This record gives sequence, structure tokens and C-alpha cells, in this order.
Amino acid sequence: MSIFLAKRFFALVITLLVASLVIFFLMEILPGDPASIILGVGAQEDTLAALRTEMGLNNSAPERYFRWISGILSGDFGRSYTYDIPVSTLILERLSLSLPLALLAISLSTLLAIPIGVLAVANHKRIADTGIMGLAQLGVAVPNFWFAILLILFFSVKLGWFSAGGFAGWEMGLAAALKSLTLPAISLALPQAAILARVTRSAVLETVREDFVRTARAKGLSRNAALWKHAFRNALIPVVTILGLQLSFLLAGTIIIENVFYLPGLGRLLFQAIAQRDLVVVKNIVILLAATVVIINFLVDMCYVAIDPRLRGGRA
Amino acid sequence: MKKIIQRHAKLLLICGSAIIFSGSALAGKTHLTMGMVLEPPHLDPTAGAAAAIDEVVYANVFEGLTRINQNAEVLPALAESWNISSDGLTYTFNLRSGVRFHDGSAFDSSDVVFSLDRARSENSTNAQKALFAAIADVNAQGSNTVVVTLNTPTGNFLFNMGWGDAVIVDSASANSNKSKPVGTGPFIFKRWVKGDRIELGQNTNYWGEKPALKSATFKIIPDPAAAVAALMAGDADAFANFPAPEMAAQFQSDSRFTVKVGSTEGETILSTNNLQKPFDDLRVRQAIAHAINSQEIIDGAMFGFGTPIGTHFAPHHAAYVDLTGTYPHDPGKAKQLLTEAGFPNGFKATIKLPPPSYARRGGEIVAAQLAKVGIKLEIIPVQWAQWLDQVFKNKDFDLTIVSHTEPMDIGIYTRPKYYFQYRNAGFNAIIDDLNVTADPKKRYALMGAAQAILAKDAVNGFLFQLAKLGIWNKNITGLWENSPVQANDLTGVSWNN
Amino acid sequence: MNESMLSEFWRNSLHHRSFVIGLILSFIMLFTGLLSLFWTPFPVELLDIPHKLESPSAKHWLGTDHFGRDVFSMLMVGAWNSMLVSVFAIGFGSLIGVPLGALAAAKRGWVEETVMRFNDFAFAFPALLTAVMLSAVYGPGTINSVLAIGIFNIPVFARITRGSALSIYKREFILAARTAGKGEFQIAVEHIFPNIVSVLIVQVTIQFALGILAEAGLSYLGLGTQPPIPSWGKMLSEAQTMMFFAPQLAILPGLAIVLTVLGLNLLGDGLRDILDPRLSRVR
Repeated sequence: MSIFLAKRFFALVITLLVASLVIFFLMEILPGDPASIILGVGAQEDTLAALRTEMGLNNSAPERYFRWISGILSGDFGRSYTYDIPVSTLILERLSLSLPLALLAISLSTLLAIPIGVLAVANHKRIADTGIMGLAQLGVAVPNFWFAILLILFFSVKLGWFSAGGFAGWEMGLAAALKSLTLPAISLALPQAAILARVTRSAVLETVREDFVRTARAKGLSRNAALWKHAFRNALIPVVTILGLQLSFLLAGTIIIENVFYLPGLGRLLFQAIAQRDLVVVKNIVILLAATVVIINFLVDMCYVAIDPRLRGGRA
Repeated sequence: MKKIIQRHAKLLLICGSAIIFSGSALAGKTHLTMGMVLEPPHLDPTAGAAAAIDEVVYANVFEGLTRINQNAEVLPALAESWNISSDGLTYTFNLRSGVRFHDGSAFDSSDVVFSLDRARSENSTNAQKALFAAIADVNAQGSNTVVVTLNTPTGNFLFNMGWGDAVIVDSASANSNKSKPVGTGPFIFKRWVKGDRIELGQNTNYWGEKPALKSATFKIIPDPAAAVAALMAGDADAFANFPAPEMAAQFQSDSRFTVKVGSTEGETILSTNNLQKPFDDLRVRQAIAHAINSQEIIDGAMFGFGTPIGTHFAPHHAAYVDLTGTYPHDPGKAKQLLTEAGFPNGFKATIKLPPPSYARRGGEIVAAQLAKVGIKLEIIPVQWAQWLDQVFKNKDFDLTIVSHTEPMDIGIYTRPKYYFQYRNAGFNAIIDDLNVTADPKKRYALMGAAQAILAKDAVNGFLFQLAKLGIWNKNITGLWENSPVQANDLTGVSWNN
Repeated sequence: MNESMLSEFWRNSLHHRSFVIGLILSFIMLFTGLLSLFWTPFPVELLDIPHKLESPSAKHWLGTDHFGRDVFSMLMVGAWNSMLVSVFAIGFGSLIGVPLGALAAAKRGWVEETVMRFNDFAFAFPALLTAVMLSAVYGPGTINSVLAIGIFNIPVFARITRGSALSIYKREFILAARTAGKGEFQIAVEHIFPNIVSVLIVQVTIQFALGILAEAGLSYLGLGTQPPIPSWGKMLSEAQTMMFFAPQLAILPGLAIVLTVLGLNLLGDGLRDILDPRLSRVR
């Protein structure tokens, strides 16, 4: 077990190292001089040179790379060119929105999808099953940004229930925050819920056919109890896999949804930072997102092993 | 099926109503939320060209010796009054007494000397250093009087001192103004939630009449669609520069809103790289001028808001000459000129478009219009950072569309290294003459001559003067309808209930 | 597949409801897209500003946009554009991903380990993230979308190829082929590939649908297809501010996306049921 863990962990570190090299290389070839962007169009050449030195842009590429990585490891992400504050502060500030939003969306989609999936199995081959799966099929096909536009049109502009966008901040209270985050969370959650409901349904359907469920039924458990207690628990592996995948998709999905609702989250920060050539911010956010995806994958793999130790050898 | 949907709808209703807020009572409202499209890079107007800086801090947080009102008149601000010597070279400013900066330190003549010297010093990072170019010397006479001596008489000097770039700062806080601006204005900086909003509060120690508003929020809403939704949903009370002209009619017919169409200093031009082949050929530029239909661009890109121009000059200015007829829309003539220039079948070129919709939409229409005379444009959308780098700095472009929003900026055509690279000694001579002429009548004549040269040379495609589309809650009064300088002066704004 | 198998396939298929619906929807989109190459009611590059924002009429079936362009024509060209991006992206992703996955399954050991690590790595960059970075370097554009969506597809195809190939390698006829002296490459082409092709076809259909969604998202953000070429995502973002007086402009491109993706997904589900009944239960 520990050898397996160590191997997987080593692989994870290598993956992140390669990712950081690729990101660094991409930032190197990015056109546009950050110094001249900060100082604007009228800047003198000597002022520019001084700023470049101050920003460390004149050091050699390997030196800058190692400085970046050792900085990350010691928790120093550098300073944002545009906002002139530590990148870590900026990222934490934005994460305080993006992370709750992603969690809200994923809990919403899980709470919606799993009961629906199980419900569909309980009504297998009946009209409710067909109807639910038809809706799920439709849900998968709806682009989340389009759904978001429709939600804004109806719930904020017509009815005025929720904010059309923006974020009041947590210090304004939970209610105010929820007012800004509900619609974005719903638009992120719907397509995810549709996929998750489909996966849950087929996973549960598969286990229902297996012997232990039949045994449970024979022992006198009701159909519903058998479904929830036995079938669902055994269907967890595929459901957890998809959840893991979805969490990484969510992180990317927030880029587009944060733009629709102009939420000051991590995704929009990345978008703006690229437009403003704030390279320090860009490379740190990208490596952070990539690391999150890799780590989630790692954890999902660990979940597999925890749920079913037989998989240890099979899936490298 | 139907039942399920109904049940869900009910559930949503319940959830929704639990979260709904009752908006605070409208009576005696003293807070204003102003939407703005671009987030300022920082908040120091003396160290950056971005209009968004002035839109937040001008007249609200920072004040200069003079101030400019929405009709472009120069009013006293930190200088109570002034005397100008008969030769026009010496300005004696009498400063207001009892004024304090937001951090409590007193304002006096030393702050004025410091601010002006800082702005015109060698290592100044002021974006409009030219405003201070005429200053030979700044001297304090006692704590309440400052004497400024000029090299040459400068007709616009008092107006120049009213720009955001010329505000008075305190030496102690000058270097931290970018993140924590400290001025003398009626509003103090409260906080800046990066990417979302900037909050201002009341300056209880303000020297002058206190504004009706006690606080204000500048909310950054870069997306036009989001701007529409924010106004409709009441998340923003006002947009001084509304980014979606297509929605103007909708807001006009909505009794909750006031829509004001005013003027700006923004000449929107099809900037042309005058040194780049084939645009170095006058006939090619004339052909482009003939191929362009300004009214169609105004209708299509701005939904009718904007005034056609024939040169680089604001139509509401008294010295404006209508030169829109110099090269009227005439595709036949354009083709003929192209043939004469050696392009009977037209040619290919690129057009780089920055993000604002006047440029993106306008660019699409320009491309379609030029295609009709055989000039095939490849559209390259760019971000502002890329535009500044590629177009403005490195002059790596054929055509671009941009609005030049500085007031009275015809002088940019004298700079040989300016991005459109126009060079004409005759034009430069006129502007040199203008700079040392004080007589208004002669000045107007010179400005007219300068405008005519630019029009004739078809330096750039002169498209239209940008309109200022302001939309706000109908209970708000006192917001600027025109913008002679980029600003959202909140001092005269109030809610009437 | 011989003739009797093919006819059986069709017999099965035509009884499969979602397959039929999916096939019809996908065919309509494909036909519309192809047709746009030869004919559209109006040329899409034609601006007719005096006739902007018209409601649907006999002349303009779905009305006109803010430049007076014919919306129906734009949707047609948009369909083609959207499919083209998707096809190239999936071609790119599968041409790299499938051989990689096959290699991993054939060689096992460190080769497999390397491929799977590369997979993890490629997977760490969702299409949107890649597209944002690519557009920062090379500027936005169609190629940008193809690359971003394509890169994202590599690990998807590598993973599914490896997974299905591994189960085939365990079969006895592979051992037989080995003892008969066939080389690894020959075995892969003659025995492995034909046995996993149905799984791949199903995956292609599903990725195709995802590709359409991704392309729409990228164009919506302004990173993908650029004007004057119409694209569904761009039409949506342009229509957003006109929703109040011309809601059809925001609704129609969205519907086009939904119908196309729905059609492809139904087709994929149907194909999975028909080609590999076992698979449909497992998933």
C-alpha cells in the first residue's frame, strides 16, 4: 500500500514539474513587455529599464524559473504587476468567491442528480424514468453560459429575485452572498447534474442486477431500502469518478460563468490578467488550477483503492 | 411530468422568496452606485493615462488649482482666485486656506510647488507631461500664494491646470496614492475590492460645500450585457458612459430611467499607418476616405449615436470646421483612385481592433465597406495591452480604430513618432504658431487651417465623434451630460425624492 | 462488417428510438452545414444596416441581426463552422490519443506509465484554460479553438483506447496470433483495432458533441472564431445586449447548439446500445 502511494505521489510531483515548465515556457513567448504596459505609452526608456531590473525581467530564464518555483514552495507567489499587491493575497481574495461557488455548484448538482438517478432506477422503464432521462439528455446539451443568460433574463431582470451579477462580499452577510451566487451556481450545476444523474442511473441499474441486491430483497428489505442501502453504495465508484472529473471541469467552467455574471473570482482574474499581461498572476493561477486537477485525480485514485483494494494493481 | 415541473416551480418560488431582500427604503438616499466599464489600473491620476482613474477620483477625491465643469468652463478649486500678468507669462494663484488632506495634514503653497515640480521633473511618470511643458518656474510666496512663470504664453494654461493629471497631492502620500489615494476632495477613498468595486465615503472635514451624497460605489462591469442587466435589476444606479447603445431606446421608453446623450472629446478614427505601403500613397488614403460611409458606421455600430467628422476636431468646439464633404462617400471614385495608385484590383491589409464595441463593430462595418472597393481587410481583434504594444508602441499595423479622447489633441499630428506616423512640416508650422498665439480670433483661424490640412491629407479615416450615452435612475440629478474631461464629478449629484 | 451484419445493424437501429431521433437531428445539421457551402438565402458578409434587427418575415425567415445580416444564413454557416472545428479537433485528439493508448496497452511497463502520466498532465489543462493561454500568445482564432479542444481530447482517446485494448489483449486469439509469428504492429492493426473500433466510434460521437459545446463557449468568450465568419457562440454574445427587444437573436443560436448536441448525444447513446450492448449496461 505505502509503496503504491509513494509511486503515485512521485508521479504527481513529476507531472506538476512538467506542467510548471510548460507554463513558464508559454509565458516566456508571450508577446508584450510588462514594464511598458505598467508605465503606459509615454514612458522613457531609462525608466522602463529600471523597472525591468526591479521586476527581475533581466535575469536569465533558468534563474527566473527557479526563483518562481522556490518562491511557490516558500509560499511567495510574487507581486501582481497591475495591482501591485502580493499575488497570494489576490488569489486568496478571489478564491473566497470561486471556491464556495464551485462547492455550491457541486453540492447542488450532487443533491439533485443522485436522488434523481436513483428515482429513475426505482421507476425503471416507466414513464418517470423516460421523462427524467429525457430531461437529463437535454440538460447535457444546454451550454451553461446560455442557460445563465436565460436565468438572468428571467430571475433578475423580470422578477428581480437575484442579482444580475457582481458580488457584494461575504462581510455583507450570507443572504447577500447567496443572492449573488445562486444563479451562477445553478447555471454551473445544471449540465453537471444532468451528466451525474445519467451516470448514477446506469451505475445503480448495473448493481441492481447483481446477486447481493437480490439477496437483500429476499431477506425482506423493501425495494427502496435495497436500492439505497446496497445498490447505491456499490455504485459509488463510477459516481465518485465523475464527481472528481466534474470538479476539475467546474474550475474551468467558472471562467466563463464568472464572466457572464461579472463575479470577481479566480477565473475572471485569470482572464483579466492575460489581457493586461500580468504574467506573474497568470502563471501562478494556471499552475494552481493544473495542480488542483492533478491532485483531485490523485485523490480519486486513492478513493478507488479505499473503496475497492483489488484495484491497486490494475490501475497504474 | 407536468406535475413534477409544477412542483419544482413551486419549490423554486419558495426558495427564491426566502432569499429575496427588501431593498433599503428609498427615502433620503445618499448613496450612489455608478457602473463603469474599465477598472482603473491604480488610483493616482498623476501617474497614469487611463481614463478610468479620473473617472473615479477626479473632483471627488483629488482637486487641482482649477477645475473643469461639464460645459468645459474653468472654475476655481484649490486656487480661490488668480491674476495673470499682461504678457501672459506670470500666473499668481491665491490658495484657499483651511484646507486639509484626507490624512489630516494641512494644504498650503508647498504642496502646490511639490505637485507641479513633481509632474514636470525629469523622472516624472505623469502621462500628460506636455501640460506642464510651458512652466519655467513655480514659487511659493508665503503659505497661501503660488507664482507660476511660463516660458511662452499658453492660452489653455488654466484649463490645463484643471486636468486630472494636474491635481495637487501631498508629498507624504504621493507615493502611495496608487493604492490609497489621499486628496483634498469631498469624498475619501474607503476601499477597493479588486475586480469588483471601489468605495468612497464622505469627507467630513471638506473645505467647501458638502455634497448631497454621503458615499459612492464605482462598480466595475466590463461586459455590456451585464451592464444592461445591472441597470435593469437596480444593481447599478447610473452608467455615465453606457457601453451598449443598442439598448438606449429600451431605456428611453422605460420610465424608471433618464437617458442623456451628450458630447465627448473622443474623435473616433480609422488610424492609418502613414509610412506603411500602400497607405503612404495619398491616393490610397483618399480612396479609403471615399469608400467609408460614416453615417452607416454610426447607425450600425453606435445605433445612431455619434456625429460624423471630417477631421480631427470636436464638432461642439467653437473653432470646428465642417469638413465632412472633403471626400464624400463615393465607391466609384474610390475605385478610380485605387486604379490610379496601381491597385485596379484592390489589395489585402489588416485591421487591428481593440475591445470597445465602437472599434469591434465599427471595424466589421469598415471592412465590409472597403471590401466593396476591393480592399480586403483581415480583422485582428486585440486586447488593450496588445494594442498598446503592437500598434501604439511598435507601429506594427496597417489600420486600426480608436477614439482619441483627450480634449484639443490636434497637436498629436505634429509628433513624427506618433503611431500613425504623419509628417507634414506645413502642419507643424501652423501648430507652432498656434501655441504662441493668444488672440482668440487668430487662434480659431489657425485651428481651422490645421483641420483643413488633416482633412485634405486624409491622414486617417475620420469616422465620428463619440457620443456620451449616460443612463441613470430618473431620481438622480446632477450627473454630467457632457464630458469635456473624463470624469464622474459627484459633487453636485443628489437623489430627489 | 459483411452485408448481413450491416442489414441487421440497420434493423436494430431503426427500432432504437433515440438513435433514430439523434440520426435525424445530426443529419439535419450536417446537411444544413454542407448546404451553406453552396447556398445561403443571403450572403453572410453582406451588411444591410438600414434593415437591421428585423423580425422574422417571408424575406428573412428568422429575421436580421444588428448589422442587417440574415440570421438564418448565419446559423447555417455557423453550423458548418462549428462542425468543422469539432471534426478537426477530434481528428487531432484521436490521431495522437489512439496510438498513444494502443502503445500503452501493447507495451505495458514504463511506456504505459509514461503515457498515463502524460495523460494526467494533458488532462490538467481543460480546453478553456488552454484556449485562454493560446489566445494570449497567438491571438484568438479558429485554429486556437481546434488546438485547445484537440489537446483536451488526447487523454480522452488515449484512456479509452488503452482500457478497451487491454481487455482484448487478454483474449486467446491474440496469443494465437503471437504464436503464429505476427508482429506487435500487425496484431494491433489486424486484431486489436477492429475490436475496439465500435467503442471509439461511440466516443467520437460523444466528443463531437462536447466539441460543439466547447467551440460555442470559446467563441462566446471571443477566443474562437472571429468575425466576419459567423459562429453560434459569437452570435450569442452579440445578441445578449439586444435580448430585450430582439430575444430571438439570443434564443436561436442557443437552440441550434442544444439541438446539435442533443442529436449527437442521442446518436452516441444509440450507437453504444446497438454496437455493444454490454457497454451500455456498464456505463
